Amino acid sequence: MAIWLPRLAVDRWRHAEGCERGQGADGEPYALIAETAHGLRIEAVNDAGLAAGARPGMAVADARAVCPALKVAPSDRAGDLAFLERLAVWAQRWGPWTALDPPDGLLVDISAVAHLFGGEERLLAEVQTRFIAQGLTARAAIAPTAGAAWALAHHGGGSLILAPQDSIEACLAGLPVGALRLDGEVLLVLRRLGLKRIGDLAGVGRDALKRRFRHRSPVTNPLLRMDQLLGRAPEPLLPVVRVSEALVQRGLLEPIRHSELLIRVVADLAADMARELEARGEGARRLELGLWRVDGDVVLRPLELAAATREATHIARLFAGRLDDIDAGFGIELVRMRALWAEPLAVVQKGLGAQPEDSGTSLAACMDRLTMRLGTAAVRRPVPYASHIPERAQRWQPPLEPEPVSQEELAFHARPLKLLDRAEQIAVLYATPDGHPRQFRWRGGLHEVVRVEGPERIAPEWWRERSGTRLRDYYRIEDSEGRRYWIYRAGLAGDGRGGAPDWFLQGLCS
Amino acid sequence: MNLSAFPTAAQLSLPGKQASRWSPGLPCAPHNEVFASADEGSGVAVALALALDGLRGQGGDRLGDRSLLWVQDATSLRLNGRPYRAGLPPELRNRVIHVLAPKPEDALFALEEGIRCRDMACVIGEIAGNPKTLDFTASRRLTLAAERYGVRLFLVRHDAKRDLSSARMRWQVRSAASLPPGWNTAAPGTPAWHAELFRARTLATGEWILRDDGKGLAAERPSTAPDHGDLAAAAGGRSLAAC
Repeated sequence: MAIWLPRLAVDRWRHAEGCERGQGADGEPYALIAETAHGLRIEAVNDAGLAAGARPGMAVADARAVCPALKVAPSDRAGDLAFLERLAVWAQRWGPWTALDPPDGLLVDISAVAHLFGGEERLLAEVQTRFIAQGLTARAAIAPTAGAAWALAHHGGGSLILAPQDSIEACLAGLPVGALRLDGEVLLVLRRLGLKRIGDLAGVGRDALKRRFRHRSPVTNPLLRMDQLLGRAPEPLLPVVRVSEALVQRGLLEPIRHSELLIRVVADLAADMARELEARGEGARRLELGLWRVDGDVVLRPLELAAATREATHIARLFAGRLDDIDAGFGIELVRMRALWAEPLAVVQKGLGAQPEDSGTSLAACMDRLTMRLGTAAVRRPVPYASHIPERAQRWQPPLEPEPVSQEELAFHARPLKLLDRAEQIAVLYATPDGHPRQFRWRGGLHEVVRVEGPERIAPEWWRERSGTRLRDYYRIEDSEGRRYWIYRAGLAGDGRGGAPDWFLQGLCS
Repeated sequence: MNLSAFPTAAQLSLPGKQASRWSPGLPCAPHNEVFASADEGSGVAVALALALDGLRGQGGDRLGDRSLLWVQDATSLRLNGRPYRAGLPPELRNRVIHVLAPKPEDALFALEEGIRCRDMACVIGEIAGNPKTLDFTASRRLTLAAERYGVRLFLVRHDAKRDLSSARMRWQVRSAASLPPGWNTAAPGTPAWHAELFRARTLATGEWILRDDGKGLAAERPSTAPDHGDLAAAAGGRSLAAC
């Protein structure tokens, strides 16, 4: 069964406006518009607008020329699609499987189902009444194949039911080629060839069609579409399946006000959640704990995990650390835990001998505990980044994310072991003619340079920095006590980007 | 009670004949402390060199795909800087997980969590000064955890006095002049550090010049007469004598 909602966008807009068909705002000519590369275009028009001459696909300026009173509202394609998804789940009342047919249709598999509704005519009548009760314009048709049902729903004239014993080819021969669900360009080609009806295509030889349309994709291949229409080629549909999130809750007879009891309830909930997730073969990545208080207030505590897990003790322990600042008020009467984000996690054999207490925790559990106490910004991993400026050449990312792909680091430049967050200025007491300092003062200590390597010149990234940024000349130095540092001079004397260049110490070498 | 069975004071004062000397490649203690100045990179470098030496000694399998937890408190981050990936030893570059703890007690928590994790190759900590929370009890807790879970802990103490601690090996470290490289004799070469082992449970104390050339840790005795400088004063009443 195919269901077509020809006025989906307008019907949704009318629902949002809260007016009946032809009443209120719907009484005036209204158009739903979208911004395109060629300016504002009309996507859908209500009945009054259609009567006034506006058509979908027109530019707004052209439509205003035809109908100066035309009012516009923005269209909402994503919202339409989300609505269609919900509608598809709702339409499972008529059959076990439904599939989306974007932008404005549904396909319902009603094989061996129609008799439950008293036959196919009564099923169609029920579909009509249900959609009218919802305030939606719908056309439904029943046929042995999805393609034939679609063609009937969109272009069918008389009977909207095609029985299995009828010949599909004979019944649909009179429909236009648009009923084959083809691209606009292919339809244009067919029209230029003079093939206007499905019956015309049957008259052309199969070999000729095959030579003319070589694409594998069904939307550009009329022959494949014909085969699907007639049931000669399979047409798999992607069914819509409702996914419900794992949820466990405990209603409490006596409202609790003390944290020890609450922690025990949370531990029980975590055990329930672990069982629920295990039954689904999933592990939680994000959990939410909701605490309903007697006075109706709700406290929510989210929890994000570094890796999918369903270990009850681990979850309970992480939540227990976040329950200290909860104001219980007159007591908490309902506790609910939801898994907002779950990932597949296979059931694994537990260790036979060693318990986790003896062998230590896993890396993911360790990261969870650290981020729970210190925050996500405190636990990170350095990864290389494509930049030659030393402090930009490394970035920080969450510890368990995969490393980004990068070019291998160049090995011929020695880099320091530690880098100061802000390069500290040093006072050069005596500079050699070569350019590097002989003696400098840093943090109150005097350093006499005995060995030096450099300069390694690192120019600023001109494509992202201001024009006044100065280049840097880096030197690796060792002082008389063996301490090794990485220092640089910002700029050159007389480069026109400021006064005399300053010296900075940026890194500590091993 | 037969007092003659006990060692005499004279025997005790002699550093033990049976106490063996430390050398690279020996099994590394579970809990090590490295004292160094915050103005130089030697403390962290020696901690990394000792950690690598311990990991190499256990064969390559200990490293596997394990990570290295690097915990810093905010003061040591400000004084001594952040680990820089391109300058780390190549076998550790992709393993570092850095934890920035705002306070020393958070750093201790992170260290203990890292020790209890079976997927850690080793744990490096940096704590500046002598915070109150890092007392003997806290260090004993770390030692017991490290012995139980088998994850080595290397705690770098920046600008710290030698307070009470239960660390099995305690080092005082400063930079030493590097070897001149083969090509550019004016440039700094393979880094070297002057390391003094001043407390060890089963080993004799002593001083060494350590070098890590990328393949292994090399140690040699300081060639000149040891110049303790201000170390002797900092050690207070303790003996600095080696053998």
